[in-house]
Amino acid sequence: MKKICELAAIFFRIGCFMFGGGAAMLPLLQEELVHRRKWLDDGKLMDYYSIGQSTPGIIAVNVATFTGYNYAGILGAITATIALITAPLIIILSLANILSLYMENPYVAKAFAGIRIVVVALIAEAVCRLWPSSIKNKMDIVFFIAALGMAISGFSVVVIMAVFCGIGFVLGKKRGWK
Amino acid sequence: MIYLILFGEFFKIGLLAIGGGLVTVPFLYDLSSSYDWFSPQELTDMIAVSESTPGPIGVNMATYAGFKAAGICGGIVATMGLLMPSMIIIVLLARYLKKHPNNLQFESVLKSIRPVALALIAFGGLFIAKAFVTGWLMAGLIAVLFLMIHYVKLNPILYICLGIIGGLIWG
Repeated sequence: MKKICELAAIFFRIGCFMFGGGAAMLPLLQEELVHRRKWLDDGKLMDYYSIGQSTPGIIAVNVATFTGYNYAGILGAITATIALITAPLIIILSLANILSLYMENPYVAKAFAGIRIVVVALIAEAVCRLWPSSIKNKMDIVFFIAALGMAISGFSVVVIMAVFCGIGFVLGKKRGWK
Repeated sequence: MIYLILFGEFFKIGLLAIGGGLVTVPFLYDLSSSYDWFSPQELTDMIAVSESTPGPIGVNMATYAGFKAAGICGGIVATMGLLMPSMIIIVLLARYLKKHPNNLQFESVLKSIRPVALALIAFGGLFIAKAFVTGWLMAGLIAVLFLMIHYVKLNPILYICLGIIGGLIWG
């Protein structure tokens, strides 16, 4: 029960403060799961993201479900996911009627200008911090650059992930793993 | 009845949208032409709102679209529809991995896509930056913040609050 409450608290908090999609969730997860609680190391966190990005659905939700399941089974998976979306759901539903007012409010616009700058810096810092656990040899650097280049030139995530999963599969076979 | 349709449509989106929130946009365009829930113009506003409220963008858009179609319950039903496929798939996958922890073929695939996953996260950051980084001043500010975060390891939530305060004062 304590585990479930802990998961609920962590993911509720992340839901309140993640602005800008799956990538923006990474620094928050790193703080909560890797640094503070030491449930995961950076490598495992990257595995969760790899799986979250290559399976259907919203990346942040996939990562929450995966974390919850590994920590406390099915109930954990459901708790983490529901906790993640609780605050956003309430906020959107209560804003929905006054949306034009919210979007045109100059203070909201100003606050968001500030948030965006911080979020970009946080993501950049998280990428640097995760670099050593994901990029271990020259081929990894090539993969990183190729994938980034593909994303920038407009390839969809599905195509990028399919290509590199295929390459990984073939490489695995070559190394004699069956 | 409308709840059933909403749930079904968003279940489909949850199943087909691989790669995060913005991937759901084309599906929502289809919805706006097949049903009279919201117009394409409203969809553009929805994207802006979903990006400027906390939470996963895809979830926010589903909640808002569902609300437009059928009120508060519609918002909840659409969101649940969106979540359902990924939860089922992830739980099945996680369960399989727990039973077969040393699947080398899977390990190899995972090892190859780790750099790809990191690249996609970096791209996520670039995508957000593209919208507002127009000059050296902004880029410099991000660089300073980057160094601050790197050397003074505070909770990211504190930095986000700092961003809100800074934005309100200087924005």
